Amino acid sequence: MGCGTSVGTETQGQKVKTGVTGQQKTDDESVVKTTNPALSDVGVTAMKAAVLIQQWYRRYMARLEMRRRYTWNIFQSIEYAGEQDQLQLSSFFTFMLDNFTQLNGNGPDLISQLLDPVVDPWLDRESSYSQILVPDSYTGPRLSFPLSVSDTNALLCAFKEQQTLHAKYLLQLLYETKKLLKQMPNIIQLSTSYIKDITICGDLHGRLDDLLLIFYKNGLPSADTPYVFNGDFVDRGKKSVEVIILLFAFLLLYPDHVHLNRGNHEDHIMNLRYGFTKEVMQKYKTHGHEILPLFQDIFSLLPVATVIDGKILIVHGGISDETDLDFLSSIERHKLKSALRFPRCSFEQLDISQSYRKTKRLKSGNSSHSSSNSSRNQSKNQKRSNQRNTQRGLRRQESNSSASSSSSSSSSSSSSLCSPRTPSCLSPHPCHPSPSLPNTVNIQHMPFLDSLLSARQPSPSQRREREWKQIVDILWSDPKTQEGCSPNTFRGGGCYFGPDITQKLLLQHGLQLLIRSHECKQEGYELCHGGQVITLFSASNYYEEGSNRGAYIKLGRELVPRFYQYQVSRTTRKLTLTQRVRAAESSAFRALKEKLFSHRSELMSGFQQFDQNNTGVVSVSDWAEVLESVLRLDLPWRTLRPHLCRLAADGSVEYNSCFEDMGTGVSLPQVTPNLAETLFRFRTDIEIIFNIIDKDHSGLISNEEFRQTWRLFSAHLGVDIDDRAIDDLARSIDFNKDGSIDFTEFLEAFRVVHKLDSKDPHLSGK
Amino acid sequence: MLSDISASDVHSLHKRVKDAFQAFDYEMNNTVDVREITTIIYSLGCFPSQKDIHEFIAELEEDHTGSVHLDKFLPVMTNVLMEHKFPSIPEDVLIQAFEVLDKDSKGYLDSEEMVELMTKEGESFTQDEMTEMLMALADHERRIYYKDIICQLTFDQEI
Repeated sequence: MGCGTSVGTETQGQKVKTGVTGQQKTDDESVVKTTNPALSDVGVTAMKAAVLIQQWYRRYMARLEMRRRYTWNIFQSIEYAGEQDQLQLSSFFTFMLDNFTQLNGNGPDLISQLLDPVVDPWLDRESSYSQILVPDSYTGPRLSFPLSVSDTNALLCAFKEQQTLHAKYLLQLLYETKKLLKQMPNIIQLSTSYIKDITICGDLHGRLDDLLLIFYKNGLPSADTPYVFNGDFVDRGKKSVEVIILLFAFLLLYPDHVHLNRGNHEDHIMNLRYGFTKEVMQKYKTHGHEILPLFQDIFSLLPVATVIDGKILIVHGGISDETDLDFLSSIERHKLKSALRFPRCSFEQLDISQSYRKTKRLKSGNSSHSSSNSSRNQSKNQKRSNQRNTQRGLRRQESNSSASSSSSSSSSSSSSLCSPRTPSCLSPHPCHPSPSLPNTVNIQHMPFLDSLLSARQPSPSQRREREWKQIVDILWSDPKTQEGCSPNTFRGGGCYFGPDITQKLLLQHGLQLLIRSHECKQEGYELCHGGQVITLFSASNYYEEGSNRGAYIKLGRELVPRFYQYQVSRTTRKLTLTQRVRAAESSAFRALKEKLFSHRSELMSGFQQFDQNNTGVVSVSDWAEVLESVLRLDLPWRTLRPHLCRLAADGSVEYNSCFEDMGTGVSLPQVTPNLAETLFRFRTDIEIIFNIIDKDHSGLISNEEFRQTWRLFSAHLGVDIDDRAIDDLARSIDFNKDGSIDFTEFLEAFRVVHKLDSKDPHLSGK
Repeated sequence: MLSDISASDVHSLHKRVKDAFQAFDYEMNNTVDVREITTIIYSLGCFPSQKDIHEFIAELEEDHTGSVHLDKFLPVMTNVLMEHKFPSIPEDVLIQAFEVLDKDSKGYLDSEEMVELMTKEGESFTQDEMTEMLMALADHERRIYYKDIICQLTFDQEI
């Protein structure tokens, strides 16, 4: 601490001290105190005592506030880092699509079937819901279409009672919703002339409690109480299904008074990672495979923007310098199923990429490339591409020929990735390359050339790209204070847009305000760009109990927004700020420690570089530097240090203590640290991939599938992992018989365990 | 005292001040809202009075913009830390302060007494501060047993 505790060195403290001790002397004096309260010195002393207490208390509260801030930073950093992982995942999917046509030997490509269904969302799917029989034992709501208020009331009651809507009704609800959405334009125009206040809500992320609280405070949707919901209804929260059912139900009931904007989480690839897909499969084991594609279609059919009185624009993410509302209106929005897969990359988008990995050709890849036609263009462009420091995915032809040689002959990094054949991943990846573990196999990237792009006139593919960018910008962008428009490196999609961009767009279209969501704010809302942009977030306690409030806006004819805040509380007893901060902090530090643990070997090698003599300690500065460079999280490491590791007597950091109170779920026999860490770090991604491969959702995949998936994944990451190591690992964990692997069991072993869990002073007393 | 401080100590102090500052630098342009200065100073372990803080702010604020820039804050704050200005209050002094207010030496203060004292005397609490304090410190009988709460609320770790 910078300030020592001094006894009597500071005048102020001294004065009080004397004054206080003076009072303590005799009983007589205290009698004097009570009988003569008007005595000036008594008054002065009491005042000084009060001041002291006030100061002390204020300081305590200030420190609490600081802790809250740091906790917030931790959550946000990790969240955005997680989104970067998302890019990795989607580029991996594309890689798989390009390289593995048939995973199980016979039958159609599993991956492409799930990830890239051929069916156009516009087309009708086969409807089987009429044949589904609902057992008499089902006590949940039985919806009748067209919906009436009694149906929505039944749904509200049911969900409060933790019931699940039967698949039959859900399917019907989805088919009806899809029909309705097809009729809607990309941008909904609303008017306040015939209605009272419009209520606008931000991200809900599957938080049913927040939605119910809003309905309770503000009223259910109706002709008198119109609503706009600004995207991100699903993912992360545990009740995404219930939330989306309610929103769709009210949409069907009051199509003119309930409006839904698409968010970046209304996207099947995001859903794979962030929980919605899993939730649907858990709640609808039998019919999930029919329900999920319907959700996919519906999400792509959601309108992307709402405008009120031609003056207020509501979109989920934000805008870019290229946003053109007229062009946006003309797009066939359903063609963009997922923002993470798009038709083609242009070179301009590639230029944005800031990272690259040095690669070298593998021999097998080399020979096959030169033989194909397009390789001429490839090699010509390879130089250009290398100069631009970017990577590209493979052309299909290349991938076919190289696939036969080995799965590791081609790969894409977590940076930009494009595939000519199918919609592929997001445009260039943010700052850091995928984690470089030791023993990295360097893999060549083939540049992609679309000769059409070199032509000046807009081609169909260029138009497609432009359309894609328009929508992605709307769904993914964030406002920033700096002027101008730059690629959003945090999220890997959309832009950072400055106040000048906002100003320009508003002027251009005669608007006066932009309301968007997409970012969690402590108070539930935040203004920026001189009040021209409002961020609105409606999922309270997003990171942790007590982390933030939720808010909604009401707009009347005068178009002046009024803000309403709330916070869902799980406990009936109101928590003090101290308790809330402690709870949130504890949660944040757990997450942070897990990050440390899953990067252990990199961190250790970093520490050892500063500790050549193997003393086990490094300076605090060096420690912070290692963490910063390995984890790439922009956090105040020095301040957080006491929560993360120990100091030696001389004030240096005992770096081994960073990993002390963490362990693995199951003891892993003879697994190289490398492999274990990879598994820890990518546990979520691996789980998703397994879930995809496991078409019948049995929890089992075959040995061969397991091996192939793993090989793919490790090739993609550039991690050199021995096949035998994988086989040994699979064998050593007790798996089911007959060549199938229970991957849930497998993944359980790679859950990070906090050894001090039982000792966590979580929400202790006062 | 200043001569005892090495360059690396200064660097450390700079880093600490920067970290605390940047926690409130929402727009990432090295400025914070002037209202956050108090929190930042307190969190660095210093214990200025309201008057001290007002003087601080007057020195640091950028001409009525309502914000403070790191360039001004850093040297001033580092100095404060190096010279150990505004030290914290030792526990026993605090207890004595409470005992002064506890006229009948009950060992506790009633919530009503607390409210009266904190909102009328000294550097008065706002309504919100008062509510939060009572919620945090008063027991079910609306009493504040000050010796107990001091241990609970005194800060453990550096942060």
